[in-house]
Amino acid sequence: MTSFDVAIIGGGLAGCSAALHARRRGASVILFERGRCGAQASGVNYGGVRQQGRHPAELPLARRSRAMWERLVDLIGQDCEFSATGHLKLARNDADMADLVAHQQMVSSFGLSLEILDRSDLRRRYPYLGQDFAGGSLCAEDGQANPRLVAPAFARCAREKGAVIREQCSIKLAVADRNGFQLFAAGEDAPVHARRLINTAGAWGAGVAKWFGDIVREEVMAPNMCVTEPIAPLVGPNLGICGGGIYVRQATGHGSVIFGSGLGTADRDALRARPLADVTMEAASAAIKMVPALANVLLVRSWTGIEGRMPDGLPVIGASPSTPNLFHAFGFSGHGFQLGPAVGAVLAELSLEGGSPTSLDGLSMTRFGEPKSNSAAPVAAVRT
Amino acid sequence: MRSRDRTAFSLKRLEIAASAPVEFLVDGRKVTARKGETLLTALNADLGHVRNFEFLEERRSGFCWMGACQDCWLWTSSGERIRACTSLVETNDSLSTSAPEAGA
Amino acid sequence: MSATDPVIIVGAGPAGVSAAGALVEAGQKPILIDEGMFPGGQIFRRAPAPLARSGKDTYGFEATRAHALGEHFAAILPSITYYPETLIWGIEPGTIHLARKDGALRQPWTRLIVAPGAMDRIVPVKGWTGPGVFTIGGAQIALKAQASLIGGEVVFVGSGPLLYLVAYQYARAGARVVAVLEHADPFRHVSAMAGLVAGGRILAKGLYYMAWLRAHGIVVETRAEPTEILRNRNGRVSGVRFLKGTRETTLTCDAVGIGYGLKSETQLADLLGVDFIFDRQHRQWLPKTDADGRSSVKGVYFAGDGLAIRGSEVAEMTGELAARALLADEASAYAPPVSGLRQRVARMDEFRRALDGVFPFPSRMASMSPDDTVICRCEGLTAGSLREAVTTSGECDINRIKAFTRLGMGRCQGRVCAPMAAELIAAQAAVDIAAVGRIRGQAPVKPVPLTALARRTHDQL
Repeated sequence: MTSFDVAIIGGGLAGCSAALHARRRGASVILFERGRCGAQASGVNYGGVRQQGRHPAELPLARRSRAMWERLVDLIGQDCEFSATGHLKLARNDADMADLVAHQQMVSSFGLSLEILDRSDLRRRYPYLGQDFAGGSLCAEDGQANPRLVAPAFARCAREKGAVIREQCSIKLAVADRNGFQLFAAGEDAPVHARRLINTAGAWGAGVAKWFGDIVREEVMAPNMCVTEPIAPLVGPNLGICGGGIYVRQATGHGSVIFGSGLGTADRDALRARPLADVTMEAASAAIKMVPALANVLLVRSWTGIEGRMPDGLPVIGASPSTPNLFHAFGFSGHGFQLGPAVGAVLAELSLEGGSPTSLDGLSMTRFGEPKSNSAAPVAAVRT
Repeated sequence: MRSRDRTAFSLKRLEIAASAPVEFLVDGRKVTARKGETLLTALNADLGHVRNFEFLEERRSGFCWMGACQDCWLWTSSGERIRACTSLVETNDSLSTSAPEAGA
Repeated sequence: MSATDPVIIVGAGPAGVSAAGALVEAGQKPILIDEGMFPGGQIFRRAPAPLARSGKDTYGFEATRAHALGEHFAAILPSITYYPETLIWGIEPGTIHLARKDGALRQPWTRLIVAPGAMDRIVPVKGWTGPGVFTIGGAQIALKAQASLIGGEVVFVGSGPLLYLVAYQYARAGARVVAVLEHADPFRHVSAMAGLVAGGRILAKGLYYMAWLRAHGIVVETRAEPTEILRNRNGRVSGVRFLKGTRETTLTCDAVGIGYGLKSETQLADLLGVDFIFDRQHRQWLPKTDADGRSSVKGVYFAGDGLAIRGSEVAEMTGELAARALLADEASAYAPPVSGLRQRVARMDEFRRALDGVFPFPSRMASMSPDDTVICRCEGLTAGSLREAVTTSGECDINRIKAFTRLGMGRCQGRVCAPMAAELIAAQAAVDIAAVGRIRGQAPVKPVPLTALARRTHDQL
């Protein structure tokens, strides 16, 4: 009976990165993806590669990930159009400015340096900005990449190195047994055995966790995304605004402007999501306010995807509180793209070495309260 | 290739007895068309193209004439977007075959 | 949203106008929305008044029908609400989203008859994206609606009945038609196709055009494969090179019209979430409907070339069928009988299928485009880069290839490139064309300036 060292459920960026990193450590790896790798949230997100603005609990991961983005070519053979165009977070008023300054102080303890800009700095350096912003904070090393390319590239690399990547293969159930785990795939009689299980099932992660009695509430969100025709270079950094709302970036090279604001609608069970016309229209309005020169640019397409959201907006990452050798990483709440590469590396470390040099404090599932008792977990002898 | 250079493409007009001239500007240059013509017809007859393609050194002169291919979008000199094949020529229009400078 | 919302008809071509007429006859007051300036769709495209020519000059054998459609439209106009130059950019359950020059609007819907028509189907050839090269349909519109010819010495390249009609119209209008390069081998089939008999008058017209061209010394080459559109130093078209068997010939010309039949516009069908079915003869995913045009979504009906390419006469019939189906589905409405109409459509369908057999889409040629041929004209993507994406990714779903290469992400959203890209992907991945799928329609179905969307008039139509 073959037993893999590591099995992974969910072929988004985190899962594909975990597959690659575990394989590089010499483990035998199998990854199951119901559809195609990177086709869900990992492939349809905004494409911002951003450390600024994160909760301190995410920063160790974000810092580690940023170093990986830098050397993506070494890691997976292509740069996925990563470009450090900077991230400029705009302040609407003095209260926002105070928040930006506080954030600048906080992140500096993680080795991240931000530059605070005042009103006149903005006018001088970013004359295309519309509204009268009080100022902003620039993270020069943040930037953007093409989300459609990244997870598939990690998967391809993992496969080339000997990981088994099973796409269009849905795991109906996984259970813990004496030797680790049994995974039951749809349409297959024999379960797949693995010593360790990694749950990177995205918006469906809580559903997988529930098989083992790890109960958390995960909702879905569908960020409403828009893209324009290509235009001459206009917007340099990836733009954001205090309090959320609109975010805007111009794809380096291609020139199209991607922006997002508000939410579309998603059906997690039907695997369907669509943008909403009203939301798109509001976003168009907000984009024009932020960058008035966008007024006459053609909108070409809108889209969305299914993203998992946790009640506090932070992902669940770490060892299962109930089940040995089970590790979770899901619920990235709309900002998992930049973290993806490092999350995979950390999952490989946790599962194969029992620990990681990267702090995951504050991201454990236990922050939502005590796990339910194991009596809720399915036992090994389950008929398929 | 500057937009002002003609491609010398030869859209031919049929004789229409009652046709009336319409004068307008393209890239600052006066162009005469006939009333009832679309911008696509007028630019193809005069300039031979309607825009420069973004990604290769190439001009475009539209393709489908029916608002499907989206390859004939122009700008007015105030920066508005206008699709050539579905927009009639108007006297004193001022069009641009490339994006006007920001703030124009 | 209520059952008293007027029926909304999308498209004022033969199908849409016919549907509107049938609803008016039943006492309804539908809303008719069209992107164009005038009704008539593409086949009965009208010139603005200052450029109008006689019906006979403009429409030839179709002049009577064109006139009849115009009369019919004028007669029903007082009973409908007509919105020309209006784009439906998005459709959601219960609401359509519109854009006009003055801004964005919305309109509730409970029943839709969707008749968005078709556009030309293209196979790329080196040099096709630059100035002086247009679709066959585009060349025809230049003539019909703008009293212009795409060039002084024109070569028409492609396949299908439209090729001969447009060449004939151009020659009649005084153009020098250098040649018609037909990819198929129609004369071999004509006598063998019993199904063509059903086409009667239409077949006779087609044969007439072909004979007329030959009689007037216009070269009609069959089994011709174009290999390059040549250009001179300042970018102007100077000729077309083609292969017939192993013989290569270069023709001198200054403009080229390309078209290999038509393809249905299905983006709105995608937004509506109706079931699709792969039509092997059309080599396209089309909305799945019953014989009367009912889709899988309650209240949504399809008609015309936007449902399946069957020509304008069938479009009128299917427009009427869809309207009658809608009326039949309203418990309280009078429902005129449909069986006679259905039979006529079925007979014409037989003819169209036989015709498609005579002029098949050149899938082999499309799939074998040289690596340096541009496939996606919006993004400048070559056949080679698409093939590489298929090989590297190991995938063949056109939406995944789109994600990796930007195919279909440009302004036309795959309208022009999808048929040929699908053939290329299928061949490279060695899968059946149906397995490649289709590029899904996404809102806005055509590009709209941001300001038009931001400027919401809030009013309904």
